[in-house]
Amino acid sequence: MDNNAKNKKSRLHMREQEPAERIKNFNEVPFGYNEEEAKLEAARCLQCKNPTCIQGCPVNINIKKFIKHIADGDFSGAINTIREDNSLPAVCGRVCPQEEQCEKACVLFKVKNPINIGGLERFAADWEAEHINIEVAMKEKIKDKNNNPVKVAIIGSGPAGLTVAGDLAKMGYSPTIFEALHIPGGVLTYGIPEFRLPKKIVAREVEYLKKLGVEFQFNSVIGKSYTMNDLFNLGYKAIFIGVGAGTPLFLNIPGENLTGVFSANEFLTRINAMKAYLFPEYDTPVRLGNYVAVIGGGNVAMDAARSAKRLKNVKDVYIIYRRSEEEMPARIEEVKRAKEENIIFKLLSNPVEIIGNEKGAVKAIKCIKMQLGEPDDSGRRRPIPVPGSEFIIDVDTVILALGTKANRLLTSDVKNLKLNKWGYIEANPETGETSIPGVFAGGDITTGSATVIAAMGAGRKAAKAIDKYLKSIL
Amino acid sequence: MYRILKKKVLTKDVKLFGIEASHITFNAKAGNFVVVIVDEKGERIPLTIYDWDKEKGIVYIIFQEIGTSTKKLGMLEEGDEVFAIAGPFGKHFESKKYGNIVMIGGGVGVPAIFPIARELRKQENKIISITGFRNKDLIILKDEMESVSDNLIIATNDGSYGIKGLVTDVMQDLINKGDKIDLVIAIGPVIMMKAVSELTKKYGIKTIVSLNALMLDATGMCGICRVNVGGQVKFSCVDGPDFDGHLVDFDQLMSRLAAYKEEEKISLDHFCNLNSGIEKSIKGNKNG
Repeated sequence: MDNNAKNKKSRLHMREQEPAERIKNFNEVPFGYNEEEAKLEAARCLQCKNPTCIQGCPVNINIKKFIKHIADGDFSGAINTIREDNSLPAVCGRVCPQEEQCEKACVLFKVKNPINIGGLERFAADWEAEHINIEVAMKEKIKDKNNNPVKVAIIGSGPAGLTVAGDLAKMGYSPTIFEALHIPGGVLTYGIPEFRLPKKIVAREVEYLKKLGVEFQFNSVIGKSYTMNDLFNLGYKAIFIGVGAGTPLFLNIPGENLTGVFSANEFLTRINAMKAYLFPEYDTPVRLGNYVAVIGGGNVAMDAARSAKRLKNVKDVYIIYRRSEEEMPARIEEVKRAKEENIIFKLLSNPVEIIGNEKGAVKAIKCIKMQLGEPDDSGRRRPIPVPGSEFIIDVDTVILALGTKANRLLTSDVKNLKLNKWGYIEANPETGETSIPGVFAGGDITTGSATVIAAMGAGRKAAKAIDKYLKSIL
Repeated sequence: MYRILKKKVLTKDVKLFGIEASHITFNAKAGNFVVVIVDEKGERIPLTIYDWDKEKGIVYIIFQEIGTSTKKLGMLEEGDEVFAIAGPFGKHFESKKYGNIVMIGGGVGVPAIFPIARELRKQENKIISITGFRNKDLIILKDEMESVSDNLIIATNDGSYGIKGLVTDVMQDLINKGDKIDLVIAIGPVIMMKAVSELTKKYGIKTIVSLNALMLDATGMCGICRVNVGGQVKFSCVDGPDFDGHLVDFDQLMSRLAAYKEEEKISLDHFCNLNSGIEKSIKGNKNG
C-alpha cells in the first residue's frame, strides 16, 4: 500500500458496547482491536521519516517502531518497544489524552484521520497479558556497606509511585510502597471507573511489581502511621512522595452540606474502590436519588455522570458547566460517550445555591446563566454571570467535580519541605528532587491535577535521580 | 490481614478487640482513631483507639454492634483476622495542664475519653469523670475510668445504678456546687454532646467534643465528614475529630449522619438473610 492509499483509509473504529446496553453495566465500553483490526490500523501508519508523534508523547515512546511491529504481526516486538519507555501501557493506552498528545502530533491529524495510537498501545498491552506469561527474574539486590538491601520508601501507589517502584526494583533496589487505602493503584483504582479502566488491569501491573520484589504496605498513612523522619530512622535511604493532589474543592455556596451533596472523590471512591454499585453484596452503600446534577466539565465530571447513569434508580443526569463545550477540559471522547449515554448538558450555567427540603436533603439546584468574556489566565474565555438569568433544576443529588487541591496530611507536618503557594511540593521537574536531600516527589502533588502519563513520566525521571543519589551516598 | 489477639465481651453488644497492628501503635496517641474493614467486601468503619501497647504492637478498640459491619466484626473470635486496619487518623488530643477537667462519656463514647483522661492526668490535671448509660447492664470500663479519674460519677437513665438521670444533670449539679471547671471534654452520642455544649455555653466553660461524622477514606480525600464549625467547613477526619463544642452545628451533623439510615436497614436485612441461610445450611448438614 503506498502512502497515498494509506491516507485515504480512515481510522478503524474500535468496536464497543452500545449505549443502551452499557448504561446498565460497569463493564469496559470499547472492546479493543483484535489482531486483524490492529494490523489494519497499524498498516495505515505512514512510518514518517520524522515521526512527530514521538515528540507528542510525554515519555517519548517509539511509536513509529511499535506500530511497525504490529503491522508486521510482531506483537511481542511491539510491547517490548513500548515497555522501554512506558511501565503502564495497558493503563495509558486507555486513559491517556492521545488527542492532545501523540495523535495530535500525527501527520494524519491534519486530515482529521490520525492513527489510533492509544488503541494500538492498548492492543499490544492486552495481547501481552493474554499471551505472555511474564517470567520475572528477580534482580540481585544491591547491598549497602553492611550488606543490607538498599530500601527506598515510596509514598502512594498511584501511577507515579508504581512507576518509581518498578524502575528501582529493576535496578536492584528494595522499594516498599506505603499506601493509605487497603488497595493499590491510587486514582487508577478509586478514581477512574471500571468502564474506562478495568481494575484487573491495575491488579495485573501490581502483580508484576510484586514479582519484581516490590513490597506493599497497605493501610499505612505516612505523616500518621510513620512520619518521613521515622522512615529514614527505619532504614529507608530515600523517599519518593507520590500522594496525588487529593483534597476536593467545594463551591462555597449555600446548601453544600445538605445530604445528597457529594464530592466526586467521595462518589467515585464509593463506586470504584468500595464497589458500592454492588451494594448490599458489598457493605458500602451509595445513595443517589433519581435526578443527579454533576458540576464541572473535566474527565472526573464525565466519570461521575456516567457512573451515576449506571445506577439503577437514577433517571436523569445533568452536567452543569459554566463555560461552553469548547472550553471543557474533558477528553472529546468522554464527552461524546456521555452524550451517547443521554447525559443532559447544561452549559454556560453556574450553580449559585443548592436548595434543601425540611429534612436537610437536596431538592433542587439554582443556577445562573453565563456568557463568555475575554480570555483569562488559563487562556479560556472567562465566564460572566448574566444578571437576572437564574433558573432552577429539580435534582435530589449533586456531585461536585470541581477539581482538587493539595492534600496537606503529609506535607503539613514535615519541616523544611518547600511547598509552593498552592501547597504543592516544589520539586525539580527533571529529577523530582525536593528541598530535603534524599526526598523526591512527582505527580499531582507537585503539579496539581494532571494526567496518568505525566505522573508516570515524573516517576521515571525520579527513579533515575534516586539511583544517582543512592550511588552517591552508599 | 491483621490478627485479633484478644476479644472481650463487655456487654451484650459491646466488644473489645486487641488487634495486631504495629503500624498503628508506632505513633498512636490519645484521641486518634483507626479505620477497620472486616472483610474484602466490608466498608471502612472509623473507630476510636481505646488503648494500645506499642511494644507488642497491639491496638485496642471497643465497638458496639449496630449495623452489618459492626455485627460482622463482633462475630470474629480471637485468632481470626480483620481484612484491614488503617491509621492512626485524626489530630490527637493536645495534653497539657488545664486545671480542673470534667470528662463526659456517653455509652460507647466512654472508651474514647479513657486514653485522653489518662494523658491529662499525667499533666497533673484534676479529672472528674461522668459516664452515662441507659441502665446498669450497659455500664462499661468502670474500673478503668476510676483508675484515671480523681472522681468517677456514673449516671443511668433509669437509676438502676449510680445517679438517676442524664450526664447533663450531673454536670448541672457540678456547676451548681460552684466548683471551678476549666475544661469539659464530652464524647458520646451527638445528642449528648449537643446538650452538654448547650449547657456549658451558658456558663462559658470551654468544651471539646469529638465528632463521629460519616467517613470513607479518613485522609481528607472525600469530604463526606465535613462539618460546620463556627461557620467554617471542616473535615472531621483531618481537621478533627475534636472541635470546640460551642461552635459545632450539631443539627447539621445529625442530619448528615442520618443520610444512610435506609441503606443500613437494607444492608442489615441482607446480612441477616444471608446468615440465616448459612445457619440453615449448617443445620441441614448436621441433620444429613
